[in-house]
Amino acid sequence: MSTTAEPLVEPAGETRRVRWPMGPWRAVVMGAAVLFVLSLVQNMTAGSDDLTSSGTAGAALRLAVPILLAGLGGLWAERSGVVNIGLEGMMIMGTWFGAWAGFEQGPWQGALYGALGGAIGGLVHAIATVSFGVDHIVSGVAINLLAVGATRYLASEIFVDLPGGGENQSPKVVGSVGKFSVPLLSGGFDTWDPLANVERRNWFFLSDVAGLLNGMTSNVSWLTLIAFGLVAASAWFLWRTPFGLRLRSAGENPVGAETLGVNVYLVKYVAVVMSGAFAGLGGAFLVLEQATIYREGQTAGRGFLGLAAMLFGNWMPGGLALGAGLFGYADALQLRSEESVHALLLFIAMGGGAVALWLGSRRRVVPALVALGIGAAFFVWWMVSDSVDRDIVRMTPYVTTLVVLALATQRTRMPAADGLRWRRRAAV
Amino acid sequence: MNRDLLRRVAFAVAAPVLALAFSLAVSSFVLSLSGDSAIDAYRLMWEFGTTLESIVVMLNRATPLYIAGIAVAIGFKMNLFNIGVEGQYRIAALIAAWAGAELALPGVINIAFVIIVAMAVGAAWAGGIALLKVTRGVHEVVSSIMLNYISYALISYLLLNYLQLDDESQRIHTRRLDADSRFPTLNSVVELFTRDIRSGFDLNGMLAVAVVVGVLFYVLVFRTRFGYDLRASGANPWAARTSGVDPKRMVIATMLLSGGVAGLIGMPEILGSVHWFSDDLVTNLGFTGIGIALLGRNHPVGIAAAALLFGFLDRSSQILDLEGIPPQIVVIMQGVIIISVVVAYEVVARVRRAYEARETARVDPEAVAPARAGAVT
Repeated sequence: MSTTAEPLVEPAGETRRVRWPMGPWRAVVMGAAVLFVLSLVQNMTAGSDDLTSSGTAGAALRLAVPILLAGLGGLWAERSGVVNIGLEGMMIMGTWFGAWAGFEQGPWQGALYGALGGAIGGLVHAIATVSFGVDHIVSGVAINLLAVGATRYLASEIFVDLPGGGENQSPKVVGSVGKFSVPLLSGGFDTWDPLANVERRNWFFLSDVAGLLNGMTSNVSWLTLIAFGLVAASAWFLWRTPFGLRLRSAGENPVGAETLGVNVYLVKYVAVVMSGAFAGLGGAFLVLEQATIYREGQTAGRGFLGLAAMLFGNWMPGGLALGAGLFGYADALQLRSEESVHALLLFIAMGGGAVALWLGSRRRVVPALVALGIGAAFFVWWMVSDSVDRDIVRMTPYVTTLVVLALATQRTRMPAADGLRWRRRAAV
Repeated sequence: MNRDLLRRVAFAVAAPVLALAFSLAVSSFVLSLSGDSAIDAYRLMWEFGTTLESIVVMLNRATPLYIAGIAVAIGFKMNLFNIGVEGQYRIAALIAAWAGAELALPGVINIAFVIIVAMAVGAAWAGGIALLKVTRGVHEVVSSIMLNYISYALISYLLLNYLQLDDESQRIHTRRLDADSRFPTLNSVVELFTRDIRSGFDLNGMLAVAVVVGVLFYVLVFRTRFGYDLRASGANPWAARTSGVDPKRMVIATMLLSGGVAGLIGMPEILGSVHWFSDDLVTNLGFTGIGIALLGRNHPVGIAAAALLFGFLDRSSQILDLEGIPPQIVVIMQGVIIISVVVAYEVVARVRRAYEARETARVDPEAVAPARAGAVT
């Protein structure tokens, strides 16, 4: 699920391979180990069945999609060297246009128009940052403010006159893009359903794996499939096609790229407009698959969360998907069962112990002690409390990202020319 | 000499004027699309926005915006982007309102105490950003965004679990500040010069504090050694470093200052009007403050003009609702102003560089080549 392909243009002097997220085989082994500990925890604690239930997995997938799409937008923009803080605003545009077209024409058109709405925001960002050399952060902040104003205005002009609509919300979008279950795994298209079967048996580990897989493969919205397909397609496009190489080279070394004949302006425009489109699609997904209406403030920082997922994933598609999945999982667990969230404390404590053992076996004494200390602290927290406050859960994605960034700045690497102003013929 | 000054002023105001004109054009276009007369809308806004009561409301709105603009500008002066002002002022307002109401020191001492707590909390929250930057190399924009969301969740957690007052009211809020630790209004000062202000409108006394903050900002940044180091680090970090300015120390000092001022943003509401912290605290002041600082070019006078403009737009737009025009048009106007003003600065700067290169060429043809090169990069 993760890509370790290296950026082809390495900045001078950097030779160390970036090993985060991780290689595909290590990811599988690590994933299995994590699941093993998770099912241990689930068996040790009462009322924590939702840790690995198919319901949680399905909800996590649904909640992860908007974050994933916003993060994908961030990935495209930043790989081309443009920082995009305006993702939140572009997502807001997506919610409005998604709801409007969804109500007027249908859910598929809603998704399309949502992406278009986000792309408008992306275009404004591209004009400001690429053509006029405006500071990327400044432009992004302005777009976030502008998007709020524009959607409010549009809502009070258009939604007010529609049945069930108002200044702060749209009419209900009826119908959906439809769902599917994977045949032969989760009983889609009238085939048999082995995963649900195994999940019911309550076998240690096996039922837990089956539960998670079942949740991720049954009753999946076509839009969810498209979203994950877009991540895979982006990974292929950015790392395996000539245009993708040009796009990344614009983010690493625009002067060099231009010298080799790349139209850096064009490449950046494409990247930033696409970035907006992905964020907009994420907004439309919120409307079509989660709320069925547009509501003011509905994105609730998911654009920034997408940015966090991208940073967490070290500007890599696989890492980004992992980050979005984790954030979605935390969200889903919070919604479904408080006991399960509490059991997660024990999971973290055991994880800390495992990491301490691993570090200790490599004779890295101080980090091992730190990991042990963290594990012990979470164990104590688990012992003395009955539940975890929802606000604490709400802040975990941000704390996690901050911790990853603070601990792993040596292992992460952003595109070398990310966020820099650049003007044509700068090399002259 | 005189023409020189004129030209400098022209270059300085060209961008904001261009941006304002452009945003008026855009909003007129939007209004005409929905079949409303833009001229009528602007006339209404002007008539309604210039009454004495409206001016009071405008000043009240501009006060926190001005402080927010200053907080952001301190960072901008050394190219530090404190996007975390939003989180800093909200958490500072919560802790200060709670501490002030619970401790309830007598009178003026309590007001000073609340202000000091607010500044300390804001500075501490911003200090985290600075520490992450200088010790771990985490970019301040990234850590600010994360800390903003952490602070929203933390505020809700603290308020619901520890700091809220248990009374019968439906609202979730901290205990109300004692009557003697509320900031006095400035109504009597205004009424010296004009008629009486209608009841229900109070000019927030924190306006005076905002003015003091502006003056201190000017003195600190433009008239002290520290301010010189600050501006030098922003303009040319390598040169500043070579001349003995420790960049890490500057980052920490600047963020602490910026966060300290950010802590004051919530004070007009806590000390001046509402007297408690509830989850209805006005939000988004930190983000709007970024726009205010940009519009005002990080200069105390420019920031004041920008804050007043935004305050005027917010107040005067309220009349539009009565005429069937969505008042949200001013939010569009404000967004367009912010984005077009930064574009306009960029354009004006390019025109200016080209102009200066031409002037240099006229005076000293030998210097043409380097000047051209400078204009391109």
